[in-house]
Amino acid sequence: MMDSILRQITAVVAMNIRSLPQRLWMSLATILAVAVVVAVLLAFLAMANGFKVTVAGSGSNALAIVMRDGAQAELNSVLMRDQVNILGNAPGIKKDDAGAILSGELYVIVDGYKKTTGTEVNLPFRGLSSRGVAMRENISIVEGRMFEEGKNEIVVGAGVLREFDGFDLNSEIKLGKAKWRVVGVFEAQGSVFESELWTDVRTLQSQFNRGSSYQLARVALQSPGDISQIEAFIENDPQLNLDITTEKDYFRQQAKGTSDFLFYLGWPLSIIMALGALSGALNTMYTSVAQRAVEIATLRAIGFSAASAFVGTMAEALVLACIGGVVGTLAAYLFFDGITASTLSSNFSQIVFSFDISLEVLQKGLMLALVIGFIGGVFPAWRAAKLPVIAAFNVNG
Amino acid sequence: MNDLYLIFKNLTRNRTRFILNSFAVFTAFFLFGLLGALKGAFDAGIELSADNRLIVVNKINFTQPLPIAYVNKIKAIDGVKDLTYANWFGAYHQDQRKPIVGFAVDPQSYLAVYEELQLSTEERENWFNERQGMVVGEALAKSKGWQIGDRVPISSNIFSKEDGSHVWDMIISGIFTAKDKQADTNYLMFHYKYFIETQTFGSDWIGWLILTTDNSDINAEVAKSIDALFANSAAETETSTEKAFNKAFIEQIGSIGLIISSVVLAAFFTILLIVGNAMALAVRERTQELAVLKTLGFPSWRIFRMVLSESVFLSALGGVLGMLLAYYAVSGLSNVPQIRNMLPNLVITSDVVATALVYILMLGFVTGFFPAWRAMKLNTIDALSRG
Repeated sequence: MMDSILRQITAVVAMNIRSLPQRLWMSLATILAVAVVVAVLLAFLAMANGFKVTVAGSGSNALAIVMRDGAQAELNSVLMRDQVNILGNAPGIKKDDAGAILSGELYVIVDGYKKTTGTEVNLPFRGLSSRGVAMRENISIVEGRMFEEGKNEIVVGAGVLREFDGFDLNSEIKLGKAKWRVVGVFEAQGSVFESELWTDVRTLQSQFNRGSSYQLARVALQSPGDISQIEAFIENDPQLNLDITTEKDYFRQQAKGTSDFLFYLGWPLSIIMALGALSGALNTMYTSVAQRAVEIATLRAIGFSAASAFVGTMAEALVLACIGGVVGTLAAYLFFDGITASTLSSNFSQIVFSFDISLEVLQKGLMLALVIGFIGGVFPAWRAAKLPVIAAFNVNG
Repeated sequence: MNDLYLIFKNLTRNRTRFILNSFAVFTAFFLFGLLGALKGAFDAGIELSADNRLIVVNKINFTQPLPIAYVNKIKAIDGVKDLTYANWFGAYHQDQRKPIVGFAVDPQSYLAVYEELQLSTEERENWFNERQGMVVGEALAKSKGWQIGDRVPISSNIFSKEDGSHVWDMIISGIFTAKDKQADTNYLMFHYKYFIETQTFGSDWIGWLILTTDNSDINAEVAKSIDALFANSAAETETSTEKAFNKAFIEQIGSIGLIISSVVLAAFFTILLIVGNAMALAVRERTQELAVLKTLGFPSWRIFRMVLSESVFLSALGGVLGMLLAYYAVSGLSNVPQIRNMLPNLVITSDVVATALVYILMLGFVTGFFPAWRAMKLNTIDALSRG
């Protein structure tokens, strides 16, 4: 019994799928509709994901950022040299032979030009010491060498080189009032630092008239994630009106706004579009059932079960949706994966990030396709199963 | 039997298909309306900028300050009508994670340069005379629930006072509106004097300058003479029209906005294509019936008109409903505080509505035209025997 139902179902499914070319235009339209919905959803999710990977992935738990109380972003903060020196005595900061592992850094914004559009954009220009470079673990020079202290030399992130004009190795570029030579290119495992220009902090202070002031201090933590001792130290010193957060938390905060925005924009838009695509799929499947009404009823008349009519239609819808899903995914992969985009960070400067279609993102796209296929198939399939046998004898269908 | 009745019967003969098709058109135009509002909100700063307004910033970058002495030097240049200056304050109210746009300005000259900002004479006078007075945009006042006369502490995430605190006490002297509905009023302004005398960064600098020229034809000339005046000085300037400045700023937010709108626009046209296909197929299925009508003596042009009106009607029904819902959705969304913070000028403008109407008509005509043409040219004998 079970066996014969299965054989019936297989026969009907095969028949439906093989007759798909007869309903070519409607079927193609459905595939296209599903493909577009999946591609759009993937584009949004890849964008949100890429941004999150870049920004939230930038922070380390072993480092912490100290800024002026209430500053929220590096650009807003100011630290005096005295404050940085006092901070060096705080317990909880990792120490080596040269003392506390701490880096006073200056962060100014300069103009750059986008390669694609030629428009002027803000680029972050960071001054730091060799100690500051060394405490970041993921930095590697891929071309040229590191800047020398006391000279107008910069190294640029790989993202800057990709997106903005004039930063080729060994070229000279005017930033602020002075000329700088690009002596190296660094990678930072795709983190936000790859969107930055780096130079010696003292040189930057003097070229931008900042005296001996810094904008933030980066410290290495004795035990990763634990900032409580330093927090207490800051609390007890009236000269230090500062805030400390782990680097990881800082970047997580920075990433939240934009990636939320993309996420909450992407899903509703995709769902609205999915509804449009769904009505296309339903339309196709109802037409398919109507066109095959005689065929279905005839099968029923010669003893095929209602279940086989149901499954047959359902399978047709799911196959169409799956093809659509795969086409959409491929299109999204071809067009969007790995392309770089840039946007404004809360520091008023550019962040370069890549679209990233992760496995999780892919699954969501295919899920959406299957949901459209399922809903688009289930109602027409129900109608097919309920079709009266008498329809077999209605020659005009 | 009149044509309208026939058209209506034909449209609704297959109710499921009718509903599905109009629904697809509906979603497409709903999306179009939302997208139009979104894009408009991004571009509003460019559209609404005055033709004869120039912005002068530090050449290094607009986040770098300029000396206050520049105010009088630029005022003396030929062609400069009104001139004012402002500072970015990095404002927030109580919660530092929710920044507010706030400027320290010179009240009299600022209102002269930005003449589209509207304040009653009394509010104006109050503000001019109250050192701690600030004026708040209508949108911001609404979302914070602020009234004229309220005392509000405004904090800065950049500046500190002598005593190390970041909080400035302000009194709301007025609530301003803008002439254009799409203009952003989600910000506040207060006295430059109050700000510069109480913060600790020195008192001889400003953020940027804004000026109006006698007429927009001399913009380029004026901009050139300003930049020439400070060339090779300690703080070189870069002068651009307000329009160019806003455009550049929006482009920094950048590719994201462009990517979103092109992706969704592509999707919009795909939905139209799909619906168009379904609508055309629906007519083709009725070839035989049309032949019967012809046999009964319906003239060809009348059949053409009927088939065409059917698709135009379907497209109009879905399209208009979609735009209506988009309109309500946008007015609803623009009242949500979080969204108003991000996109202060979210409205569906008449331009968007007009474009939508054109697309609605185009969809109806394009999808209806070929089936209608075929129907008109139908050879009765062939069509009848096709059964």
